[in-house]
Amino acid sequence: MTRALINVPAKAKRGQIIAIKTLISHTMETGFRYTTTGERKPRNIIHTFVATYNGEEIFRAEFYPAMSANPFLTFHTVATESGTIAFHWTGDNGFSATEQAKITVE
Amino acid sequence: MRDSMDALETTRRELLLAGTLMLAGAAAPVMIRRAGATPAAMKAEIAKLVGEAKITQGKVKLDIPPLVENGNTVPCTVSVDSPMTPADHAKAIHVFNEKNPQPNVISCYFGPRAGRATVATRLRLADTQNVVAIAELSDGSFWSASVEVIITLGACLEDNLI
Amino acid sequence: MSTPRLAACLVALCACAAGAAEIPLAERRSSYELLKPETKAMQDEDTSNPGMLSVLEGQALWAAKAGAANVACADCHGDATVSMKGVAARHPAFDATRREPVNLEGRISICRSERQEAPALAFESRELLALSAYVARQSRGLPIESKDERLKPFIEKGRALFLERQGQLNLACAQCHEDNWGKSLAGIPMPQAHPTGYPLYRLEWQALGSLQRRLRNCMIGMRAEPYAYGASEYVALETYLVWRARGMPMESPAVRP
Repeated sequence: MTRALINVPAKAKRGQIIAIKTLISHTMETGFRYTTTGERKPRNIIHTFVATYNGEEIFRAEFYPAMSANPFLTFHTVATESGTIAFHWTGDNGFSATEQAKITVE
Repeated sequence: MRDSMDALETTRRELLLAGTLMLAGAAAPVMIRRAGATPAAMKAEIAKLVGEAKITQGKVKLDIPPLVENGNTVPCTVSVDSPMTPADHAKAIHVFNEKNPQPNVISCYFGPRAGRATVATRLRLADTQNVVAIAELSDGSFWSASVEVIITLGACLEDNLI
Repeated sequence: MSTPRLAACLVALCACAAGAAEIPLAERRSSYELLKPETKAMQDEDTSNPGMLSVLEGQALWAAKAGAANVACADCHGDATVSMKGVAARHPAFDATRREPVNLEGRISICRSERQEAPALAFESRELLALSAYVARQSRGLPIESKDERLKPFIEKGRALFLERQGQLNLACAQCHEDNWGKSLAGIPMPQAHPTGYPLYRLEWQALGSLQRRLRNCMIGMRAEPYAYGASEYVALETYLVWRARGMPMESPAVRP
């Protein structure tokens, strides 16, 4: 199971801009490294990240090998209604991970 | 398991190589550098993005430490000065580099619910180089910021032998 | 004075005479203080600290049944946030049966093979690091303890290793970490080398690693042949380093360049 750490404020006021932090476990193998016997280690990275808020896409990012291992990303959104913010990562070799966080908006 | 096994097996050849490369993890110019991106390649990639449009310096703030402890994890924050209204907002932020094996780093896309066109992340930088952030606004204009980052211990082109 | 007492005094004297003056207790600093603000920020927040990903994994492993005995750590030790509080802060700990200190990874491995009857976890394996990160996290903020009298001979052995010149560069650990801490070595400040944050996420490794891995890195950097994984020299060194850092707060899992 891929480990991920999400930081979404549990509560927010309607219209408030909130910061969302995400950190997911992944080696982000660049494809430019070599083993001790000279073979190239194939590229294996997360290439797409999508965040949705009650099903509607609020943010999207494309990652390249120049992203650090265990990709960390902070972005923002406007707290509009209570519900679920979902995060989806997809990558090479069929990699797929999903996380969710609940938010209460008053 | 695979990565931990790599860490375990050190042959004499690696010991000598690792020993020549660094002293207790301290910086030393690395002798072996494989061919990577160049400033020209970065320009070409940026041209692919903007086409014929003009890029103006400004509106974008690229927050990245000028001297970095380790090129493997370089914290970076990009923010665009924009009201983020449906009429006037930043559509995307793209980050490029000059000397990594590839010029692209990350592309972020904002919708009407973004609130703020600010992202923070961590990059890999292979060598001392310029990092460029380009913002695409809703009116089709492109804005940029550039920072030179000094790297003592680079990413990508170093193999973690130990 | 009894013979063992006399021997101990002589050993202590020799160790002092042979090497550098020890850092006064009040002047000891964690290498956290040498970090750039961005790296400090990475360590300070749990949702930003990549080491916490291993802690999460360790939390899952803690609850998972394993081995022929089909028991989980939790079955004997219950809630780790309670039972493991302070444990990492007093390891390496003296094991009466083995008559030698055992470090945290060693203790986890012993439990694994003796209690869970599961195959041993390899050194630096993802699982062993995750479990030790999870246990060590429960000691965060607590002062490092080294009070057991039975550890004294091993502290002395570790001190001797710390002071011993080795490798092609003929350097001793003490020369950098006791005599020249704070000064720059090729642009990088030298830490005092206190193991307050292990296992830690090293930016260079882009992964979590143990103190043993870091000691091996140092030895390879000094062009000395590192001891084999699991060697008693590492445990002795760790026992000494922990004694040397007594009273300093634990930071695990730390982030370092």
